[in-house]
Amino acid sequence: MKRYLFGLILLLFCSLTHAVLNIEITEGVEGSLPIAVVPFQWPGGVKFGDADVSAIVTSDLARSGKFSPLPTKDLVAYPQKPEDVHFPSWRMIGVDHLIIGGIKKESADNYQVYFRLFDVLKGEQLLGYSFAATKSSLRSVAHRISDHIIKSLTGLPGAFDARIAYITAKQMPGKAIKYLLQTADTDGFNPQNLLTSAEPIMSPVWSPGGKQLAYVSFEHGLPEIFIHYIHTAKRRLVSKFKGINGAPAWSPDGTQLAVTLSKDGNPDIYIMDLINKRLTRITKHWSIDTEAVWMPDGKSLVFTSSRSGKPQLYRISVEAGAKAQRLTFEGKYNANASISRDGKAISFVQGENNVFRVAVLYLETGLVQQVTDGPLDESPEFSPNGSMILYASQHQGRPVLAAVSTDGRHKQRLVLSDGEVREPAWSSVRN
Amino acid sequence: MKNYLLILLMAVALVGCDANVKPDADDSVDGAQVGSVGGEGGRSGQALSVSYEAGAINDANSVLAGRIIYFDFDSSKVADDFIELVKHHGRYLSANPSASIRLEGHTDERGTREYNIALGDRRAQAVKRLLMFQGASSDQVTIISYGEEKPANLGHDESTWHLNRRAELVYQ
Repeated sequence: MKRYLFGLILLLFCSLTHAVLNIEITEGVEGSLPIAVVPFQWPGGVKFGDADVSAIVTSDLARSGKFSPLPTKDLVAYPQKPEDVHFPSWRMIGVDHLIIGGIKKESADNYQVYFRLFDVLKGEQLLGYSFAATKSSLRSVAHRISDHIIKSLTGLPGAFDARIAYITAKQMPGKAIKYLLQTADTDGFNPQNLLTSAEPIMSPVWSPGGKQLAYVSFEHGLPEIFIHYIHTAKRRLVSKFKGINGAPAWSPDGTQLAVTLSKDGNPDIYIMDLINKRLTRITKHWSIDTEAVWMPDGKSLVFTSSRSGKPQLYRISVEAGAKAQRLTFEGKYNANASISRDGKAISFVQGENNVFRVAVLYLETGLVQQVTDGPLDESPEFSPNGSMILYASQHQGRPVLAAVSTDGRHKQRLVLSDGEVREPAWSSVRN
Repeated sequence: MKNYLLILLMAVALVGCDANVKPDADDSVDGAQVGSVGGEGGRSGQALSVSYEAGAINDANSVLAGRIIYFDFDSSKVADDFIELVKHHGRYLSANPSASIRLEGHTDERGTREYNIALGDRRAQAVKRLLMFQGASSDQVTIISYGEEKPANLGHDESTWHLNRRAELVYQ
């Protein structure tokens, strides 16, 4: 089964031309739910380039780690209408859920994409939707269908119709490196360059509404924090203090940015009000304080501090003068937190003896679970629905993006076709 | 039979994917380019000259030719081996108030990127304090930390990591 899926996914993505990131499911499809996606019918039998809607849905379902889609060639029938579905034959091959659908041409570049989701055991329809689409929005509509199906069957809001941002570094002739800030669909398609620079670009992070990205750029020779407006491509330089301007993190309401500044002598955490630009200093310690992230209620931050001698995670209220409370105790290197949407789990980098893994701390129990194998994993970030963690890793000596289910059972790799890829950030909604 | 076919398909798919451009090989490393006459290079042969005259920084046989200070992992303490070197630069800056330097802090690739920015900053700050102790003034020294973003050497083990954990003195 594992081999089937692996082959399926590879074929799917290699046959297409516009992906910069190729996705490979690398581990763990056991325990996921068997589901069948019948290839959607196309107007006049003509498919549009890389926008194969049912193939995209199939791939999203597999990537979620929650489903094992049946290979197309193993389908027992190709029903196009609900009345053509013969449930007993799907039950026979052990499929729990079935998806059928198609694309109708309305006018020159207007299409209707429709699908139905069936519970095979009960023999009834669970969902049925139709979406308006153009050729260029077909991939997005396919991801939206995946999100509807995942929401209906798992209760989790889907996260595939969204964008990821990441940094790529390309070695140029000589010793120069070209840095790029890019965004793409969650499966690597429709890549877009936001910024190209001969100096480092770091720490991209989406605003809560997905319309802006904050990041650090060294383009003027010093680190500065910018806010980039995706639609207008306009930028706002928000932080250029003396020393470090780093680690931006949006407050849940999008009105404030937690940042790391060293203007007062040492890396400390500050909160910047984006409306009046007022700064509030949150930490004041001779050690390193950095990598702040917000708890979902916006009332406290989790950050990395070396105040105990080695980097560990701490939590602090955003009220001035609050005291930090230590969260991690095991291991010599615990840093770079990301917090799940429900605020119950923190993913972070745990380092021990030159091996750096992604681990998850459950706040209620205090238990820590390592979910990746290292050796140089970093930049973990929860998917918006909290079911997956996207992170940067190395595969055969080469930087890649990878994703792991929060329980560590399901893994996949996103391999950039050219250059290094790092620091992934996953938007909560399509902007 | 079905399995064979799938494996074949997979192989085809893999070959397809492998058409990617290969990144530059890691073994084409050609040493740190900044201040490369310093460090070990300067020690062989005759003793280095000690002079804080204005032109001394351009003399490859001067103690000032060493421009890189290396650090231990996750440490910003200037090791004893490098204290003398930093002192010479501090005295030079003190003797030449119009001279100025940029101190670049760097780390190896291990650990997290923003933490490494902070660590690189502290390495540069530690060197700056020593320079000022010798009489350099604060406005002669600007600091920038690149963290792990600008490694001097590529590679993923200690043989290259130790060359990347550094502070570089760049005369302006």
